[in-house]
Amino acid sequence: MADLLVFTEKGIYCPQADVYIDPWKPVNRALITHAHSDHARTGHKQYLATIDSVPILKHRLGSFIKVQGLRYGESITINQVEISFHRAGHIIGSAQIRLAYKGEIWVASGDYKIENDGLSGQFEPVKCHTFITESTFGLPSFKWKPQAQVYQEINDWWQSNREIGRTSIISAYSLGKAQRIIHNLNSDIGPIYAHGAIENTNEVLRGQGFNIPLSPKIENGAKTDQYKGAIIIAPPSAIGSAWTKKFGDYEEAFVSGWMNVRGIKRRRNAERGFVLSDHADWTGLNEAIKNTGAHRVFVTHGYTEIFAQWLSEQGYDAKAVKTAFTGDEEVDTNAENI
Amino acid sequence: MKLFTTLINGLSQTNSSLKKTSLLSAYFIQETNELNKLWVIALLIGKKPPRTVNTTLLREWCAEEAGIPLWLFEQNYHIVGDLAETIALILPISDSKFDLSLHECITQIQGLKNKTETEKKDFVLLMWRNLDEAAKWIFNKLITGGFRIGVSKNIVILALAQALNVDKNTIAHHLMGDWSPEKVSWSSLFSFEEGSADVSRPYPFYLAHAISETDLSALVLEEWTAEWKWDGIRGQLIKRNGEVFLWSRGEELIIDKFPEFEKIEMAGHDFVIDGEIIAWKDDKPMDFQSLQTRIGRKNVSKKLQYDTPVKIIAYDILEIGLKDIRQIPFDKRRKILENLVNDSDQKQIILSPQLDFVDLDTLHEWRNRSREIGAEGLMLKKKDGIYHTGRRTGEMWKWKVNPFTIDAVLIYAQRGHGRRANLFSDFTFALWEGEKLMPFAKAYSGLTDDEMKEITTFVKNNTLQTFGPVSSVKIELVFELAFEGVALSSRHKAGVAVRFPRILRWRKDKNVSEANKLDDLKELLK
Repeated sequence: MADLLVFTEKGIYCPQADVYIDPWKPVNRALITHAHSDHARTGHKQYLATIDSVPILKHRLGSFIKVQGLRYGESITINQVEISFHRAGHIIGSAQIRLAYKGEIWVASGDYKIENDGLSGQFEPVKCHTFITESTFGLPSFKWKPQAQVYQEINDWWQSNREIGRTSIISAYSLGKAQRIIHNLNSDIGPIYAHGAIENTNEVLRGQGFNIPLSPKIENGAKTDQYKGAIIIAPPSAIGSAWTKKFGDYEEAFVSGWMNVRGIKRRRNAERGFVLSDHADWTGLNEAIKNTGAHRVFVTHGYTEIFAQWLSEQGYDAKAVKTAFTGDEEVDTNAENI
Repeated sequence: MKLFTTLINGLSQTNSSLKKTSLLSAYFIQETNELNKLWVIALLIGKKPPRTVNTTLLREWCAEEAGIPLWLFEQNYHIVGDLAETIALILPISDSKFDLSLHECITQIQGLKNKTETEKKDFVLLMWRNLDEAAKWIFNKLITGGFRIGVSKNIVILALAQALNVDKNTIAHHLMGDWSPEKVSWSSLFSFEEGSADVSRPYPFYLAHAISETDLSALVLEEWTAEWKWDGIRGQLIKRNGEVFLWSRGEELIIDKFPEFEKIEMAGHDFVIDGEIIAWKDDKPMDFQSLQTRIGRKNVSKKLQYDTPVKIIAYDILEIGLKDIRQIPFDKRRKILENLVNDSDQKQIILSPQLDFVDLDTLHEWRNRSREIGAEGLMLKKKDGIYHTGRRTGEMWKWKVNPFTIDAVLIYAQRGHGRRANLFSDFTFALWEGEKLMPFAKAYSGLTDDEMKEITTFVKNNTLQTFGPVSSVKIELVFELAFEGVALSSRHKAGVAVRFPRILRWRKDKNVSEANKLDDLKELLK
C-alpha cells in the first residue's frame, strides 16, 4: 500500500483524502495542528482544526478564513480516511492529527509536550503504525525539571525584585508561554501587566472560557512608578528594546527550554533564564514515541538527523524529513524567538 | 562548597560588572578559609590546575552512565558547546549529598594524578552520583580545567581592592606572575610591605587603544613621541638580584624559549624592561612565522638560535635598581632606558627608535612606511605620561596600518562554544584557483550575533555534507576578510598563510564568481 502521508513541497500531504497537514504553501484543505505561525499560515481555502483553536486562528489569520472546528476525539471521514484530533499539550487548542485508512494509522504530532500545563490539556498517547514527531529538544542534555519548581523560581525572583522596588520583565511568546506563566504567577505578590500583543491574545482565550488572570496592558505614556515592583509579560521582540526603557529599574528574564544551555543564555544577555518549555524534553520524546507503538517514525524539525539516527539504533525505522516547521518560539535561529 | 556555589550562581545571574564586583568582594569578606579564596582568584583569572583525568575518559564514562552511545554524546557536546556543562546535563539527575570545600575538591582531583584508570573512574562516578546538577557542573569545570564564566580579571581585581581596601593597581600588580594557591599563602600574596615581593613578579602591562581620527587631530604634537609598533611578542624582561626572568603578556615564563637572554648583563644593573621579542636578522625584523618556530619548539637548538636569532626591542623601563619608576614621566624613563642600553656591551636588547616628526603629515608618512620596515604601524606616547596599569586611553595610542582585505567564499561552518553555543560561528573560507575553491583561512570573529543567526539558518538549510561538527555548505556566501599579513607556508594546502584573519563584512552584494583568486593573495607576497 502506498504511504498514507507523503512529504511534498507544500507540506505533509494525504493523497487519499486530498488534505495537507500544516502546509506552508497555499492549498485547498489544510488540517492545522496548532495556531503558531510556522504551522498555521494564511492563504488556504479551508481550515480544519480543534474547536479550541478556531478563535485564535481567526484572531491571527483574519476572521474571514473558512475554518471548521472539531472536538478532541471527534472524527470526520474524507474519502474513506478517518481524521481525528487528539491532545498534544503544546498550547491551547493544539492537537496531534490521526489519520486512518484501511487499517493503516498515521499520527502527525505537530509540536507536543507531555507535562500537563493546566491550560493545554494532557497529551494523549495515540496508537499508530507511523508517527511523525518533532525533535526541537531531541538531545539527551534537555531534561526538564517539574514545572511547579520553575514557577516557584519565577515567583521567588519576582518577589525579591519587588522587595527592592524593581520591575520584573519576563519574555514569553504571546501564544502559549505567556498564558502559562500568567496562569501560574502568584498574584498575591503584586500586580501583573502584559504587553498589548499578549493581552489581546489573552482576551480571545478568556472569551473561550480559559482561566487567565487579568493582566492589564501597558499604556503609552504611563509613569514608571506605576510599574514599580510589578511583573510585566512581554514578547521576546520587546526585550532589550526601547519599549522596556520606560520601566526604570528593571530586570529581564527569558523563559525557554534553551535557557538550559548557559552559552545561549549568555548570548541573550538575559540576567535570568528560566528553563520551561512547551516542547517535550528528551525523556518525553522517547516515551511518547514508545507509547505510540509505531514502528516507523519521521522526524520533522529540531535536531532531526541526530534524533532519527538515535531512533534507528533503538530499532525504529526512522527518517529525518525537511519541513518548514521551526518549533516556533523555541527555535534559536528564528527571528521571532527568544 | 556552598559559599562558592552561591557565588557562582549569583555571578551567572547578572550582567552588571558592578554587581559582579560586589558579589565577589562580599565573598572575599565572608569566606574565612584562605585556601578557598586563593583558588577562587586563581580560577577566575584563568590559572588552571593541571588536568588529572583525560577528557576522552570523562566523555566515555558519562555516555556509559547515561546509557547513550558515544556519538550521541559528541553531537550533543557540539551543540551545548561546553564539555563540563554537557556532562552535567546528560548525566542522570541526582541529589547533592556531598559538601566538600572548594580546595578539598581540587585537592582530591589533583590527588588522582598517579591513580589507576579504575580508581579515577570510581572517584568521578561517586561524585557524579552524589551531586546535584549545579554542583556537578562545578565539579566538571574543576576536573576539566578552565572556569570562564564572564568574570574578567579586572572584576576580580576591583573586588579584592574593595575587600582588602587597597588600591586596584597594587592588587593588579600582586596578581601578576606565576603563583599558584598550592605555593603561596594569602598573606604572602597580599603582603604590601616594601621588599616583600616575589623576586620574579612582573608588572601589569600598559596597553593602548586604537586611535580615532578625532583623537588624532586633537593631539598637541609637541607633547608626543612616536615609535614603530613591532609585530612580535610583547614581553617583560626582569633582572633582580642577578636573576633573570622573561614574561610574556599572557604571564608565562618564556626564558627557556629564548635562552639568548638568560645571561643578560647591563653594566651590573637590576632592571625591568618592557619590550617586544622579535626575530631579527641582518639589522631588520624577520616575518612573524620565523618567531613562531621559536615558540613552537620544545628545545631551542643552537642551529635554531643561529637561523632565527631574536632580540628585544626595548619600549620602556619600569624598574631600575629595584626601584619602581612607573610613576615618573615617559621622557625621563626613556632617558634612563637609553643610558642603560647605550652603556652596556650586550647586543640582545636594542632601543625602540623614536621617529622625528614636525606635523601630522610626517606622521602619516612614517605610518605608510610601516610594512616596508616590518612594523604594524605606529605607537604614539605622551612625553609626560606615566606607565599605567592595563588598557588606558589618553597618554598612549596605537595607530596601526590598515589591514589587507580580500573577498572569499564560505565553504565550511562549525558550531561555536560558550556564548556562541548552537550557532554556526567558526568558518572556513576559500579563494578561486581555476575552477576550484581553495581553502586558505579560518575566521571566528567580526560578525554580529544577528548575522551569525542568519548564517546559522543558511547553514542548516544548505548543508551538503557533515563531518562531525563541521558542515560543508552550498557555495553562495561571500565575505570580505581582513588580515595583517601573508607568508609562504608549506603546512597549508593553499601554499600561503594569512595572519590574524577576521571577517570584515558580509558581501551580500557579491556573488561567488566575484570572489578573489588565490593568485590575488599570492600577489601580496611580492
